Amino acid sequence: MTTRYTKDHEWVRMEGDVAVVGITTYAAEQLGDVVYAELPAEGATFAQGADMAVVESAKTASDVYAPISGVIAGANDAIKNEKWEIINHSPQGEGWFVKIRPSNKAELDALMDEAAYANYVKGL
Amino acid sequence: MRYLPLTNTDRQQMLSLIGTKSIDDLFVDVPKHALLKDLVDLPKKQGEIEVHRHMARLAEKNTPAGRTAFFLGGGAYRHHVPATVDHIIQRSEFLTAYTPYQPEIAQGTLQALYEFQSQVAQLLDMEVSNASMYDGSTACAEAAMMAARVTKRKKIIFSGGVHPHYIDTARTACEALGLEVVALPAAIDDEAAVSKHLSADVAAVIVQSPNVFGTITDLTKIAEAAHGAGSLMVATFTECVSFGLIEPPGAMGADIVCGEGQSIGNALNFGGPYVGLFATKEKFIRQMPGRVCGETLDADGKRGFVLTLSTREQHIRREKATSNICTNSGLCQLAWTVHMTLLGEQGLRQLATLNHERAIELADALGRVKGVEVLTKRFFNEIAIRVPGDAQKVVDALAEKGVIGGVAMSRLNPKAGMYDLLITCATEMNTDKDIAAYVAALKAVLQ
Amino acid sequence: MITQTTSGNRGLLQAEPLIFETGHATGTGVDLPAPKGTANKLGGLARKAALDLPGFSEPETMRHFVRLSQKNYAIDLGLFPLGSCTMKHNPRLNERTARFEGFADIHPLQPTATIQGALEVMDELAHWLCTLSGMPAVALSPKAGAHGEMCGMLAIKAALEARGEGQTRKRVLVPESAHGTNPATAVAAGFIVDEIPARDDGRVHLDDVVAKLGSDVAGIMMTNPNTCGLFEPEIKRIADAIHEAGGYFYCDGANYNAIVGRVRPGDLGVDAMHINLHKTFSTPHGGGGPGAGPTVLSAALAPYAPLPQIVIEKSGGVRQLVFAEHEAELAGTGRKPFGRMCAFHGQMGMFTRALTYMLSHGSDGLRQVAEDAVLNANYLLARLKPHFNAPFGGPKNEHAPCMHEVLFDDSSIKPKGVETIDMAKALLDEGYHPFTTYFPLVVHGAMLIEPTETEPKRELDRFADVMIALAERVNAGDVEHFKQAPRLAPMRRLDDTRAARQPKLRWRRGDNGAEAAKHAAE
Repeated sequence: MTTRYTKDHEWVRMEGDVAVVGITTYAAEQLGDVVYAELPAEGATFAQGADMAVVESAKTASDVYAPISGVIAGANDAIKNEKWEIINHSPQGEGWFVKIRPSNKAELDALMDEAAYANYVKGL
Repeated sequence: MRYLPLTNTDRQQMLSLIGTKSIDDLFVDVPKHALLKDLVDLPKKQGEIEVHRHMARLAEKNTPAGRTAFFLGGGAYRHHVPATVDHIIQRSEFLTAYTPYQPEIAQGTLQALYEFQSQVAQLLDMEVSNASMYDGSTACAEAAMMAARVTKRKKIIFSGGVHPHYIDTARTACEALGLEVVALPAAIDDEAAVSKHLSADVAAVIVQSPNVFGTITDLTKIAEAAHGAGSLMVATFTECVSFGLIEPPGAMGADIVCGEGQSIGNALNFGGPYVGLFATKEKFIRQMPGRVCGETLDADGKRGFVLTLSTREQHIRREKATSNICTNSGLCQLAWTVHMTLLGEQGLRQLATLNHERAIELADALGRVKGVEVLTKRFFNEIAIRVPGDAQKVVDALAEKGVIGGVAMSRLNPKAGMYDLLITCATEMNTDKDIAAYVAALKAVLQ
Repeated sequence: MITQTTSGNRGLLQAEPLIFETGHATGTGVDLPAPKGTANKLGGLARKAALDLPGFSEPETMRHFVRLSQKNYAIDLGLFPLGSCTMKHNPRLNERTARFEGFADIHPLQPTATIQGALEVMDELAHWLCTLSGMPAVALSPKAGAHGEMCGMLAIKAALEARGEGQTRKRVLVPESAHGTNPATAVAAGFIVDEIPARDDGRVHLDDVVAKLGSDVAGIMMTNPNTCGLFEPEIKRIADAIHEAGGYFYCDGANYNAIVGRVRPGDLGVDAMHINLHKTFSTPHGGGGPGAGPTVLSAALAPYAPLPQIVIEKSGGVRQLVFAEHEAELAGTGRKPFGRMCAFHGQMGMFTRALTYMLSHGSDGLRQVAEDAVLNANYLLARLKPHFNAPFGGPKNEHAPCMHEVLFDDSSIKPKGVETIDMAKALLDEGYHPFTTYFPLVVHGAMLIEPTETEPKRELDRFADVMIALAERVNAGDVEHFKQAPRLAPMRRLDDTRAARQPKLRWRRGDNGAEAAKHAAE
């Protein structure tokens, strides 16, 4: 399954019926060592673009926006257990944030693919 | 001018290096009409002698507490501050330092902050403390707003014993945020009444002990009731010396404890600057307002201290910050820590006991004056008394006799309808002679 | 290489443990009379919880805190070029007058007849602030800059409510370059923040403001001179546009030092502005406070100023100052205070210091303050521009003036591997407190330098020489020097990530004191 990207540096990847969401490698590098993250509760509903989570380093804090609309179907236990390092070590793998059950899969197609995102980052 | 080192020669040389002719060329972006050509209409510069004289003349128009028999509290207390305290806070390295944003060259300020946070936590029996707020009243307002963030509820209930200025300050801040503030009618001994107003929309009940009438209260049941309703129990105070003798709010289940620290290390100063103490439970630290100092290591593995958890603060979180506070009470907080270090546990307990014994003597002496009734039953160093007639008139008449006898409740809260009620306190500063003077003056005034 | 000593000390720089690691419960530095043992009236509420506070004798206390003090940098030690903080000399006459018994030993609730001098200080300070700012009124009680911002925004809110527009005008325009307190305050006052994006020239443009105006706009919060150290050339036209649209103009007065005595905010259309007495008027920063943030108000906002207020009464031909502490006491005056900012009346200890400073300088001295502050910053711009990138400093052979602070960024050194933070830490080894780093946020790698007017030319030259030498070191490729800095400060770089991941915010009994002390000594 291909991974899609937002301008706010979130990634989304469909696994079965749920979308796995996290922050991109670029975002994790910009942020520096993560010291805290706050994930939404299971069952919470978000519209695309809404504040969904917060991730912090010692000197900055960033909102994480819902890349697509839907219901939170699960959150990463490692992050909930304060293993923040995982976000820096593997932002687009084990450091995923939440799983979203999408309410409108069409939103996904409108997001950037890997090449487009790489191009977007290059322009920043 | 003695504070300005540049000479006219310097100024000319500097302008020429910059490549401009006159200083006005540097103000080129100022709209023409707004750049003043003349001096503003105020006196011109003066030497130390003249300024000293002017300020001394103004100071002489006041009657310092120390020249009277002084029994006024009501949120600010006259205690002895050891000479060492003032010397240390006037050291250049503390006095003229900035907020410790460069920790490698600010360990003095930072370690003192860490010691302050530890002392405050011990004193109030709470898990964590921040690095201070402006004063007790603003700390209390911040506590109310924090409770609303933690519980995601919008109603704040104040007991009838909270200092009226604290309620007014919190009301101003909370209502701006769209929170509802309910202040129960003033009551000398009814902190527990807040429990009757608990409901599913109450973020916090705020109680004060010792309260504005001096009454001390067991907060345990209030905390249980609040927690049962999913609300927080916020305890506030104006006299922190009391916790050398009475059970601290943390031991009675308080979720946030906030109040005035002025009594330790800080002079009366006509109301400010003071130092707000603010402590809470560990689980709430990310919702706590203000700066906080934490321990860490440096690149060589040596222990050091830094400002931490700053992502809650305005300079990073901007419109999502827990509070807009930036500058706090640094030097007053240092004074607090130095004084508390000089006292230690033994000194604080002794100081608190002396205050309490003095207050008992004052209560007994005033209670024997005809027509006067002591209303506060359980107290630390402050009591409410009922006088025949208008308490404000009694206070003014006493002042004419060299006795500052306290504050009329009607001055703090005219709407309470307690016109015959006077709040008075005693500290370690009061002598037997002071108490005798108060009794004699009161008898004369009431005749 | 620094020689390691057996004690862990570096000569005069002593390692110092926490008071909790060396003090004990029976140590004390005060001699109080013995209590008499009277039966208590605590109603069974005597303290049962442990107290466990360490105490020290007076000499031990003195040594502990003096040793700590020696690990601090301070204005009295050297140039403190921290942009937007106005770290100027703190005259000691101010400290002396604030400690006069007649100011320090008076209680905020003493009867009015016994505190006429205190009220005169407040009244005189108010007169100076109003005259200097060209504004008709001032609220003295705010306790710091951010508190003053809150005061101003609540006055705006009250004025809107009085017009029946409290519910409809919720949007406050805030330039992206604003200090974090501005958006934080706007939200705390119940408004919604609408950001004005930054422009390449570091200024707020009238067009950008006008594009955002509407019937839902409560006002604008602008800093002038702004956080990039520039005077906003369109400020008056922006103020007029805001007023025409029915909004109010809050000016953040953090940078007032640049214009005091030369420009009156009242002439620029400002409705409210806080004045940091701990910046412009020299009250000490004290390692983070206390401050004071009196807030001047326009005629439109003055009626809503908070309590308490000073009222002049004439009884028997004698002028007497009294406090109005409750709204009822203002009946018939048309004033409608929005509430109360704090208990009592504000930071009296700062009022006496600031007034002392104002009287010392006078109208002529204060004007010179602004001019010298601006001259010093422009001098550093001229000296450093060939070596660092000044985003708003003008083209190569031209000087585009700044106000009292000058902004550089790290774009000229970053490609060589040295960033703003590294430059800042290298300055520590040179014996300087660094400039403000990474603020304003709108300029990447910002280095904001504010020398203030109290620096002599030779100190500016010395600082410029050091900065230039560091730039040359970057060019020479000695990146390691910067990455390892500081090596000579009391501590090496501290680990912020460790502090934030597992916050340890206090000492607890059972903490491994010996281990910690060992760390301190290593």
